[in-house]
Amino acid sequence: MSDTQPSAPDLLNIGSYEAGWHDADARYSFKAEPGLNENVVRQMSEMKNEPKWMLDFRLRSLKHFEERPMPWWGGRIDVDFDSIYYYLKPDTGNNRSWDDVPEEMKQTFERLGIPEAERRSLAGVGAQYDSETVYHNLKKEWEEAGVVFLDMDSGLREHEDVVREHFGTVIPPEDNKFSALNSAVWSGGSFVYVPKGVKIDIPLQAYFRINADKAGQFERTLIIADEGAFVHYIEGCTAPTWTSDSLHSAVVEIIAKPGSRIRYSTVQNWSNSVYNLVTKRAVAMEGSTVEWLDGNIGSQLTMKYPSVMLVGEGARGEVMSIAYAQDGQHQDTGAKMVHVAPGTTSRIIAKSISRGLGRSTYRGLVRIHNGARGAKSSVDCDALLLDRNSRTDTYPYIEVEEDSASVGHEARVSKVSEQQMFYLMQRGIEESEALALIVNGFIEPITKQLPLEYAVELNRLIELEMEGSVG
Amino acid sequence: MLKITNLHAGITGQEILRGVDLEVATGQVHAIMGPNGSGKSTLAKVLAGDESYEVTAGSVSFRGEDLLEQEPHERSRNGLFLAFQYPVEISGVTIANFLRTALNARRENPMSAMEFYGLLQDRLKELKLDDSWSTRYLNDGFSGGEKKKNEILQMMLLEPTLCLLDETDSGLDVDALKIVSEGVNRMRSPERSIVIVTHYQRLLEYINPDYCHVMLNGRIVQSAPGIDLARRIDEQGYELIREQASV
Repeated sequence: MSDTQPSAPDLLNIGSYEAGWHDADARYSFKAEPGLNENVVRQMSEMKNEPKWMLDFRLRSLKHFEERPMPWWGGRIDVDFDSIYYYLKPDTGNNRSWDDVPEEMKQTFERLGIPEAERRSLAGVGAQYDSETVYHNLKKEWEEAGVVFLDMDSGLREHEDVVREHFGTVIPPEDNKFSALNSAVWSGGSFVYVPKGVKIDIPLQAYFRINADKAGQFERTLIIADEGAFVHYIEGCTAPTWTSDSLHSAVVEIIAKPGSRIRYSTVQNWSNSVYNLVTKRAVAMEGSTVEWLDGNIGSQLTMKYPSVMLVGEGARGEVMSIAYAQDGQHQDTGAKMVHVAPGTTSRIIAKSISRGLGRSTYRGLVRIHNGARGAKSSVDCDALLLDRNSRTDTYPYIEVEEDSASVGHEARVSKVSEQQMFYLMQRGIEESEALALIVNGFIEPITKQLPLEYAVELNRLIELEMEGSVG
Repeated sequence: MLKITNLHAGITGQEILRGVDLEVATGQVHAIMGPNGSGKSTLAKVLAGDESYEVTAGSVSFRGEDLLEQEPHERSRNGLFLAFQYPVEISGVTIANFLRTALNARRENPMSAMEFYGLLQDRLKELKLDDSWSTRYLNDGFSGGEKKKNEILQMMLLEPTLCLLDETDSGLDVDALKIVSEGVNRMRSPERSIVIVTHYQRLLEYINPDYCHVMLNGRIVQSAPGIDLARRIDEQGYELIREQASV
């Protein structure tokens, strides 16, 4: 039996956050003691039957995490690391058939619309519940083309050489405190390999759900597109609304080999109790393109700056990000573009919306190294403030060592005007709907890049956020 | 249709409307003329429910109900439409999306996409607008004339029972004026009333109102049937009326 309830009564308690319920009957075959120490890491690695090099990697990362101070910049991180559960293994294996997923979890994901999404239009789907992947499936035609789409643990077991060669090379544990944490206790996430010249024309999707109270979710994703390949990977996240904090600290590494193109889209919709501290970085080789499309809704604090290291001639990087902060939320997001090779181009479009006491921060870096001849970069940040007390800040760092490079930067702050609201309401549109229309218009340049169903989903989320918050 | 009695309204302590009385019967077209600052645009905005103005006295009944009690979106759903003097720009919102939202807001059951686009295309054709018009962002980067045509398009699609046109003719060249006035004339019906606020008699020549009113210092000081009053003002200006009304 599961006590998952219809979503409507829950909505009354949690404002407009639709995914704030939890599955109270969830069973875990293993739940590590709260807190982090060498023992927890060893236990995890052993249960996962990992090779020794991975255990060593984890221990080295743990040591760095313990030694590394908290970042002095960004948002206020007030996590009690000792109360977090670092490893929660649901009582099920990783299933390839949806029928084999335990009933409670199936209901969870069905309520979130995951199987429906797969039936609709995806090349493959993965679903992670707390620490472990519970479902993974790739359509046959792509499997036959040599595409690998596995959860990261299976990826390590089945493709150890490839994983060992690339794992932690884009984002070493020492990159920052939270990449060290993830490297120590990572579990789940996706491993994607697309062979030379294979273009997957419909997206792969992974869905990450935190269920337990005080849970840590540390998924680890590695995507490799071989020469001339194309893949669009979509990630979605939700968590229940708990009174104590949860921690989501993922690491995503992307390797785009010459002439390939990778698009990574995220729509994160976290509850207010989640700290979302994520490191995402790509290496773009000659003539390749990496696009990050990053939508951040909810969480107590998000710190996330998808990056592209443009190391090959003519490589191209793009970050389009949307952040929505309301009461009690701080979205500290942005992008990082590092131009190393000649003829590289990058574009950052960041749009943030702050409502009530919400705070959004754009933090970005464009660095053009000496020798990146003719590199071009443009940065565009737009902030929309919905209320008088809403807050936005912009920290655009630009470092250019190369004379022939060109960098453009534009930043704008705007407010929803009473005239705009009156105009729409004069046409019969209610206040909340009018506000949603304006906000959706504001992010339209980004949502029009998303596949239709995700654009619709994002617009729907914004509409939900607007309901109940007006009046 | 509309009955305004002794309406007083203003903005932060400054009274702009000082006792407006006006009655518009169903099926009639009224023109309100007046010099700058006489309060005619304020009247239009107060009727539509613009919250920057405060109503201090008087009453307005619209289709038998107290208009001033209603929220702006309720007034709209009850059939009141204001063609704005300065339509607002909203980037990222396509005209099609906006119009469909506005149309469905007043319907029990939403209109299907097919039906909506059919209707929209017909209206665009009537205003000699290209199909691509519907994919443009709402008033974003529009010329003055385009904005006014866009107001008429909305009016024709939403089919209100009371149309208030606030200086819809200002800034229009002759061709645009003709298209706009043809649009307004097409809206004329025994079930619908139209109130045109304007500076000039130019538009009125195309429309032939049933009544003309002159507003001075926040009050309607003179009214007459037909277009004659408008023509007289065009020839003589407001001075004579000002003297007669001794305001």
